[in-house]
This record gives sequence, C-alpha cells and structure tokens, in this order.
Amino acid sequence: MKYLLLIASDPTLPSPEPGDDDFDAYMAAWTQYTQDLTDAGVNLGGEALQGAETATTVRHEDGATTVVDGPFAELKEHLGGYYLIDVDTLDDAIEWARRLPVGTGAIEVRPIFPTDGF
Amino acid sequence: MPRDPAAWVYVVARNAGIDRLRRDAAAGRRAAAEARVLETAVADAVGDDGHDGAGDRGAGDARIAELTEVGDEQLRLLLLCCHPSLSRDTQVALTLRLAGGLTTQEVAAALLVPEATVQQRIVRAKRKIRTANIPLVVPADLHERAGVLATVLGLIFNEGYVAHSADAGTLTRVDLADQAIRLTATAADALPDEPELAGLLALELFHRSREAARTDPDGALVRLADQNRSLWDRVMIARGFTVLAQAMAQRRLGPWQVQALIAAEHARTPTDWARVLRYHDLLLSMSPGPVARLARAVAVAEVDGPAAALAQVDDIDGLDRYHLRHAVRADLLERLGRTSEAAREWDRAAALAANPAEAAYAARRAREVGPQT
Repeated sequence: MKYLLLIASDPTLPSPEPGDDDFDAYMAAWTQYTQDLTDAGVNLGGEALQGAETATTVRHEDGATTVVDGPFAELKEHLGGYYLIDVDTLDDAIEWARRLPVGTGAIEVRPIFPTDGF
Repeated sequence: MPRDPAAWVYVVARNAGIDRLRRDAAAGRRAAAEARVLETAVADAVGDDGHDGAGDRGAGDARIAELTEVGDEQLRLLLLCCHPSLSRDTQVALTLRLAGGLTTQEVAAALLVPEATVQQRIVRAKRKIRTANIPLVVPADLHERAGVLATVLGLIFNEGYVAHSADAGTLTRVDLADQAIRLTATAADALPDEPELAGLLALELFHRSREAARTDPDGALVRLADQNRSLWDRVMIARGFTVLAQAMAQRRLGPWQVQALIAAEHARTPTDWARVLRYHDLLLSMSPGPVARLARAVAVAEVDGPAAALAQVDDIDGLDRYHLRHAVRADLLERLGRTSEAAREWDRAAALAANPAEAAYAARRAREVGPQT
C-alpha cells in the first residue's frame, strides 16, 4: 500500500547550509535515509522542494483561474519535500516517518488513493 | 492462583458491593459482549461504510479463526482502538465499542455525549482504519503503545468512577468503571512487562474498593476521611496491593504506579501523610502540572498544616475554573477559621462543579460554614 510522506518544517528555524560544518553530515543523513528506503524495497521516489517563497498557486474557482504568489496554505510549517513509499500498513509508514532526519519538523502520512481496480 | 488472573480480578471487581440485580444484568451483557467483540472485529475487517454495527459475515469465519488461534485478540483489538493515529475521543469511544463490546447507545450514555456523536466518531474511525490500513497487530515496540493504552483506560475509569456520581442512581457509570477495570486487567495480563498497566489496574482497584462508602444512603458524597471503612472492599484492596507489588517488583516506576501508591496509602489506617507527601513529590517530578500541585497541597495540609498548604495553593496558576481548587481552598480557609472566605470559596466550587453530587457537597459545606452575617 502506498503512502505519501509530506515533510514540513518551520523555515525560520536554522538548518545547515552548504559550507557549514554540519552540512555534510546533514546531507549524508538524507542520502542514507533514501538508500535505506531503496534497500528495503519501498522507495517510489522523493524530492526536496525549493522554499515556499518560490511557490505559485493557481486557483480554480467557478470555471476561472487566478494565479497568485505563495503556497496554498499559509502555515507556520512549510512543505519542504516528500517521499512516496510502498509498505504494508500505516504502522510501517509511521515508522519510516519517524526515521526521517528532519531535526525539528512534522511529517504528514497520507495513504494514496488506490487505482488498482480502475 | 486461578488460571486466568484477569478474569478473576474482574469477577472480584464485579462481585464486590454491587447488588444482585445489577450483577445479573451485567453478566448477561458481558457474555453478549464477548461474542460481539469478534463480530465487530469482523465487521471492521469486512467494512461497512456509513453504518456502525454488524456487517457482512462473508469473510468473517476466516477472521474469527485467525483471531482465536493467536489468542491475543483482545490485546490486538485494544491496541487497534488505542492506535496513536486516532484522536483521544475516538480512542475512548472505539475502546468501549469494540474492546468493551458496548453498543453505540451504551457508549453514548456512558460518556454523556449524544449517540450521533459517538456514531460519527466510530464510523470515521472505522473508515480511517480501513483506508489508511491501520493494522490489527501487536507491534514489536510496545512501550509507547502501552502508554497510550493506559491513558485511554485511565480516562475511561475516571469517567466512570469520578463522574458517575453525577447520576448515582443509574447503573451505567459504575459499569463503565468496571468495564475499565476489566479491560485494564486484560491489558496488564497480556503485557506483563509494562508495569504502568498494572499500576493503573491497582489504582482502579483501590478506588473501586471504596465505592460503597463514597455516598451516604441519600446519595450525597462522603469524603475519604469520613468514610465508613468497614464498607471498603477488603478483597479488592488486597488484590490492588498484590497487583501493585508485582508492578513495582519490575523497578520501573511511572506516574500510574505512583498514583496507585498514593491510593494504597489511603487504604491504610492510619494514613502516613509524610509518605503520601513524598509520593506526591515523586509524581510531580514525573508529570508536573497544576492539578498535581493541587493534590500535593492537600497532603501538605496534613503534614505542615493548613496555612502552609494554602500558601502553596495560592501559588498555583491556571486553575481558576477548576472546582477542586476552590474546594481545597475552602477547606483550608475553614480550618484556619476564615469562615466567610471559606463560604465564598465553597459557593464558587459549587458553581463550577459539573457533577451534581460534587456541587451538592460544596453547597452543603457552604451552608454549614455559613455566611457570617
């Protein structure tokens, strides 16, 4: 069963930048995590996103569309990336979400709507 | 030792201090409940969108066989009901409905919420269990899950035990406390390496043992110090001590065990208040909070006197709307001879108490201490 791990964190919190002492270790943790997903045979892909300040929202309403600056939801925590995984149960998905090296942040675990029957 | 300690504890709990009629009615329901647990699990597995109740039995037989084989069906069901991905309210309703085997109507009556609310919570929960694929398993790392289990079962017991005097004439609330004891005994028995569950069970047994002494023949609350101790259920207290001793032997103390220690000390005559105070200090160090500080202040009054306790109560922020804060202040003020202040505080406690028996108690104390006009 597929789950989307939506990774959100507070952009005002410090996170390692290229050139910082701990940047390499930070990146290595993510690389390792991705490798672990792959080794477990559950990795269906994942990407990190550019900052929310680069987001554009296209809103559909009454047949018309408008284009506005910013993400669709103004939250303290911004969507920063995702993984799509294929595991047996919610407990497995939660376990992978626990292991994400986010430091401080939140991961929304959402089951993917099954399309097998269509 | 009986073959099934959980069942034994429950039988003891059931038999004590409850009249024949109530016992017979509950026994019948219990037998039905056992059957319903499996049926409901089946309904869950099969799925019944928009309806709570028995579902299609088609895939049921295999499911029943599987559940019975493993023999830990009750534990798995409890863990499912108390899955951390469900809201607390949902966990409570689901535990009573699926693990307790109550009907939706009974759950609503027990929790004093509209039946439609319970119905909605359970339908949504079932949908989430199915759609998000929450598994019916005993996970490898149980510690955290056991903690949620204890919290939910503790809430159910509290709802039944503390709140039940709201309608002391009805059976439902005592049944709810007994239901909590039964489920806690099941969980503690299935998870012997989680001493907090046994701690909770002991706490529940100590509280429940005082049921017959808690109210006078008119249904009015009788405070602990004034209770007729001959009405306490000695068998249940003894069982509480045994369960607590087994939990403590594991040397992994937690807040439930410490609360049970406090309750145990109250079961002794005379109560060693210095020891109670030490337990409260320990509890505060584990789970700090204004309510825990208030409870500690009550022990301070017995050890260091009402003036010292009052100073500590006045130092606690954030409990202005909590009736017990005003009741504790009222009692302390009364003991200090500040009767008009005491009367005002009893009035305030009476106004804030949600539970009619507690409100009536506070109102009576207000009348007794009297407005000194």
